[in-house]
Amino acid sequence: MSSPEKEITFGAAVKQAIAEEMRRDETVIMLGEDIGSAGGVFKILVGLREEFGDQRIIDTPIAEAGYVGLGVGAALTGLRPIVELMFGDFMALAMDQIVNQAAKLRYMSGGQATVPITIRATMGAGRSSAAQHSQSLHAWASHIPGLKVAIPSTPKDAIGLLKTAIRDDNPVVVFEDKMMYAVKGPVPDVVDPIPFGVADIKRPGDDVTLIATSSMVLVALSAADELAKEGISAEVIDPRTMVPLDKDTLIQSVSKTGHAVIIDEGCQSFGITGELASVIYDGAFDYLEAPIVRIGAMDVPVPFSKPLEDATIPNEHDVISAVKGIL
Amino acid sequence: MHRIRRFEEQILEIYTSGLMHGLAHLYIGEEAVAVGVCTALRDDDYITSTHRGHGHCVAKGGKLDEMMAEVMGRVTGICRGKGGSMHIADMSVGILGANGIVGGGFGIATGAALSAKLRKTDQVAVCFFGDGASNQGIFFEVMNHAAIWDLPVVYICENNQYGEYTATDSVTAGDTIADRAKPFGIPGSVIDGNDVVAVYEAAQEAIQRARSGGGPSLIECMTYRHRGHHVGDPGDGYRSEEERQEWQDKDPIAQFKSALIESGIPEAELDAIDAEVKAEVRDAVESAKNAPWPDVEEANQHVFA
Repeated sequence: MSSPEKEITFGAAVKQAIAEEMRRDETVIMLGEDIGSAGGVFKILVGLREEFGDQRIIDTPIAEAGYVGLGVGAALTGLRPIVELMFGDFMALAMDQIVNQAAKLRYMSGGQATVPITIRATMGAGRSSAAQHSQSLHAWASHIPGLKVAIPSTPKDAIGLLKTAIRDDNPVVVFEDKMMYAVKGPVPDVVDPIPFGVADIKRPGDDVTLIATSSMVLVALSAADELAKEGISAEVIDPRTMVPLDKDTLIQSVSKTGHAVIIDEGCQSFGITGELASVIYDGAFDYLEAPIVRIGAMDVPVPFSKPLEDATIPNEHDVISAVKGIL
Repeated sequence: MHRIRRFEEQILEIYTSGLMHGLAHLYIGEEAVAVGVCTALRDDDYITSTHRGHGHCVAKGGKLDEMMAEVMGRVTGICRGKGGSMHIADMSVGILGANGIVGGGFGIATGAALSAKLRKTDQVAVCFFGDGASNQGIFFEVMNHAAIWDLPVVYICENNQYGEYTATDSVTAGDTIADRAKPFGIPGSVIDGNDVVAVYEAAQEAIQRARSGGGPSLIECMTYRHRGHHVGDPGDGYRSEEERQEWQDKDPIAQFKSALIESGIPEAELDAIDAEVKAEVRDAVESAKNAPWPDVEEANQHVFA
């Protein structure tokens, strides 16, 4: 029997996952800028400080390297910290802690160290926030062995993937598109942790596979609706985690449709779309009826001015014309 | 101190004879710092160490055979040969890791202190770092965190007066590194890092303060490395002969030995300790030499828990 569903926002889903995990495990704490006093810069965490107190929802100084580093040390010694980077761009400030410390301590210690830290970082352009508050840097984290990377596209996935991240004994970076915080979606009363490395077919189809991440899943679904009107059946797949990556589901889908378009908001060069394309070429080359099309963000710093910003982000028209170009 | 000295001398020997590869940063000359501080710690306290970390690990209870096998890349090493000299960690005795990043232990040690405080244990974390690391930005970030939250962490600066090949005072503003604690309201002191008793007493006071909820401290231990930055560096050129001799004369082990003999401890007793430690180190090398290399499959293990 499936539990009844309700509509909640992506932001509310993030808060729900954190609250449920903090209730079930008292070693879960949260560190970040403005998370307690303001409920986060996007206001999605309002109420957590009241429920869990300032010893678990901890406002930090504006010192990303410092507090992410503290999170790593706390994770090594018995806590399960969630650290928040209010803008994923600020990951650059904490990169040594994430890349050289968190990701490598278990390996370098020959399996002695356990680093159960969850790093939540926002991503995505669209708010006219310009080049230092808009980047989608999930490829950075995905490139580093020792980090798991989750990138939910729906409220339900946000809950399930965050729960898994918090319970995971490894460092996990969770990327949340800030433009989706207000987007609603159906969520059952009870959401279990969603295992990492399991892609989700968001819409089944037969003619072309659209592989999309984060808010680009919404773009792909919208494009699939339009394509359906013209008799083109698109399958939309969300890998949900970059690391580990569910290669099989991608390969199986493309083996069926013979066509693939990959949509991701990271810059196109040297990024996620290239990696996913090579997975498909390796696994489904004989089934491909046309070259794979990659649609990433334009290889420029994200511009401020609205028409310029819009031009850099993939949209449904890009997807529709890409599909028509290969069918 | 003797155990560390003999361990490091043996490292020099195995390195130059080709039994050890990679990098070896010797702790010879600085032993009083690690020993003075770690003697004041409990087994369940934490330390973070540096690229020059063998001494800290020995002093905190690391096992010589497991450390020697580690620096020689053998599977019997404490980190199964995957960390090497710069990454020795032994979670069973609170060694949260030596670190190849200068200043890499700041966040970890301060976070361990936060964890101890939130878990309501009375554990203390000690962060060993060098004078070079005192110019990393994260040093100031963690001191701020430690001060605002009264964290049980003690920052131990080993000022050996050179960051690699560069004289510290030529790249470091202010009179002392200890002064850098003052703006944060953290007690800072400068002590003779070659006097093991002085180090112990200063560390003991700071550790007790941390343990009893009195917050962080910074102790700057003035010391000197007898050897170069690493084994491949002869250590001359950028350091004068006079200066090196001056510090050689202030050798922490020789000084402490004289003091002990003066206090009535028979020299023969001290020599016996030395012989025992030498044998222990030799045994560690022998067992490491005979230990197997890791299977290549090991390369793909322990990436994730």
